[in-house]
Amino acid sequence: MNRHVLLVEDEPNIVEAIRFLLTREGWQVDCHSDGSDAVEAVQNLKPDLLILDPMLPGRSGLDILRDLRALSEFENLPVLMLTARGQSRDRDMAERAGVSRFMTKPFSNVEVLTAVRDLVALAGRA
Amino acid sequence: MARDSLTGSRIRERRQIAGLRQAELARQVGISASYINLIEHNRRRIAGKLLLDIARVLKVDPNLLTEGAEAALVAALREAAADSGVVAAETDRADEFAGRFPGWAEVLSRQSQRIQSLEQAVETLSDRFNRDPQLAESLHEVLSTATAIRSTAAILAETSDLTVEWRDRFHKNLDQDSRRLADSSKALVSYLDASSLSEEGRAIPQEEAEAFLAANQGHFPSLETGEKDPDALAASSKELSSPAARQIVQVILRRYVGDAAAMPLDEMRGIISKVGLDPLAIARRFDVTLSAALRRLATMPTDVVETEIGLVVCDASGSILFRKPTAGFALPRFGESCPLWPLYVALSRPVTPLRQRVAQPGREHAVFDCIAVSEPVGPASYNRDAVYRSTMLILPVGPEAEGEPPVPVGVSCRICPRTTCSARREPSILGEGF
Repeated sequence: MNRHVLLVEDEPNIVEAIRFLLTREGWQVDCHSDGSDAVEAVQNLKPDLLILDPMLPGRSGLDILRDLRALSEFENLPVLMLTARGQSRDRDMAERAGVSRFMTKPFSNVEVLTAVRDLVALAGRA
Repeated sequence: MARDSLTGSRIRERRQIAGLRQAELARQVGISASYINLIEHNRRRIAGKLLLDIARVLKVDPNLLTEGAEAALVAALREAAADSGVVAAETDRADEFAGRFPGWAEVLSRQSQRIQSLEQAVETLSDRFNRDPQLAESLHEVLSTATAIRSTAAILAETSDLTVEWRDRFHKNLDQDSRRLADSSKALVSYLDASSLSEEGRAIPQEEAEAFLAANQGHFPSLETGEKDPDALAASSKELSSPAARQIVQVILRRYVGDAAAMPLDEMRGIISKVGLDPLAIARRFDVTLSAALRRLATMPTDVVETEIGLVVCDASGSILFRKPTAGFALPRFGESCPLWPLYVALSRPVTPLRQRVAQPGREHAVFDCIAVSEPVGPASYNRDAVYRSTMLILPVGPEAEGEPPVPVGVSCRICPRTTCSARREPSILGEGF
C-alpha cells in the first residue's frame, strides 16, 4: 500500500511539481489549497506526512499546525513546512507550533525529497 | 591655556566659517557687539543660555564650542570602544591616542558612526520585512514563483523518461511562472523604489504622516491661531499623497487643536518660563490630563522650548500609534520596542505618572528623562473595562546632568546587544552575525 502525503499549498505550480516528484517516489499525493478547512482534510485523509505552507488563504498554516498538535491522533504526524519567510523568528514560531522540518523557499527538488525521506525514516523509528 | 578657556576663540573661528560679522551674531543672540568681542577674545566666560543661543545661530553643537573638536573626537573614540564591547580598549588613553594620531582617530570615529548608521539601516529593513504586509506579500509571491520555476525546470532537466503530456504541462507552467516572476519582480522593484529605503520615501501611511509632522517640527501656527482647520490643512498638504495618511494626520491635528484650545500657546509660554518642562504642573494649571500636557509640550515651537522633545504613544497591546523622534533616542518604525521603556511600564501602573532617566546602548552621551503615563481612552461605561493608551515624553538631558544614573534600556531586541536582559523576547540579529 502506498504511503500517503497531504500537500496543503496554494501555489498550483509548486503543487504540480511536488506531486509529480512524490508520485514517482511511490507516494499517494492529495492536495489541498485552502487553509480554512485544512484540519478537517487531515482528519478525513489521515496522511502519513503533511506538507504545509504557512501562508494560506483562509487560515494560517501555523494555526492549522497548532490545532493538529492538540489532537492526540496527530501529535506525532510528520509535518514539513515550506515557507517564503525564513527568518529566525519565523522558524522559532514554526518550531513552537510543532513543525517537524522547516524549509525555506526557493528550495530544490532534492532538498524536498531528502526531507520527506528523513521524516519518514524518523517516524518509522518512533 | 586650559581647554574650556578657549571657548571664545572657537566661537570666533566658527563665526568666521559661518561668514557672520560680530555685529550680526550679537544682534541675533541679543547682546552688544562689544560683548561678543570680549567673549571671542576669551575675556568673558560664557555658558548657559547665551552659549546655546550662539551655538544655534552658528549651527554647531554647543559641546564643540566648549570642548573643541579634539574633545568631540575623544568622546567619539570612547563611544566606539563602548559600542565594540572590547573591554581591553584603553579608553583612559583615548586623549593621548587622539593627540598623537588624530588622522587614525578620525578614521576610527567615522567607522564607528558608519556602523551605527548601518545598524539603523539593518533595523529599518528588518522591521520592514517583518511588519510591512505589502512587502511580505510581494516577497512571498516572488519566492513562491521562483520555487515553482526551480522545481519545474529541474524536473524537465533531470527526468529522462518524462512523458510528452507531462513535459508539455511543465513547459506551460514554466511559461506562466516566468511571466509571473517578471511581473512580481517589477512590482517589487517599483514598491521598493517608492518606499523609505531611501531617506525621503515613505512606504506606509503612518510613515507618510510622520514625515509630514516632522517637516513641520510638530508645530502648526495656523492651527494655533485658528486660521486653518485641521481637516483643510491635512487635505491641502502636498506631502500627504495617500488618503490613509491624510486620515491619520486629520486625527492628530484635530487632537492638536483640542490641546491648543485647552493650553493656549501664550499661556504655555508663560508657565514654561516659570516652572520649566514640568508636565504635572502644566496639567494642574490647565486642568487637563497628564497625557494631554505631554502631547502639548511636544508641539511647542523652538522659541518656547529650545530642547528637541520626543513623544511616543502606544495602545495597550504595545503597538506604537504615534512617534515624534528626538535625536539620539532610537524609535523602531513598526512597534516591538524595548519593554523596559517607561512607556510600557506605565501600562501596568495605569494613571500613575512615571519619570525615569534612561540611556540606550551605544549612545553613552545620549541620556533622556522619560515621563510616561497610561490613561483611559473614551468615556467610562458601566461594567466595561477601560481601554488604556500610554504616552511618553522624551526629554534629552546633557551628559553632565546631575541626579540619578540612567537606567539602561534598548531599542528593540533585534538590534540590542544586551544578551542577559530578562526582557529579551528574541535573539539579536547582530548577535547572529548578520
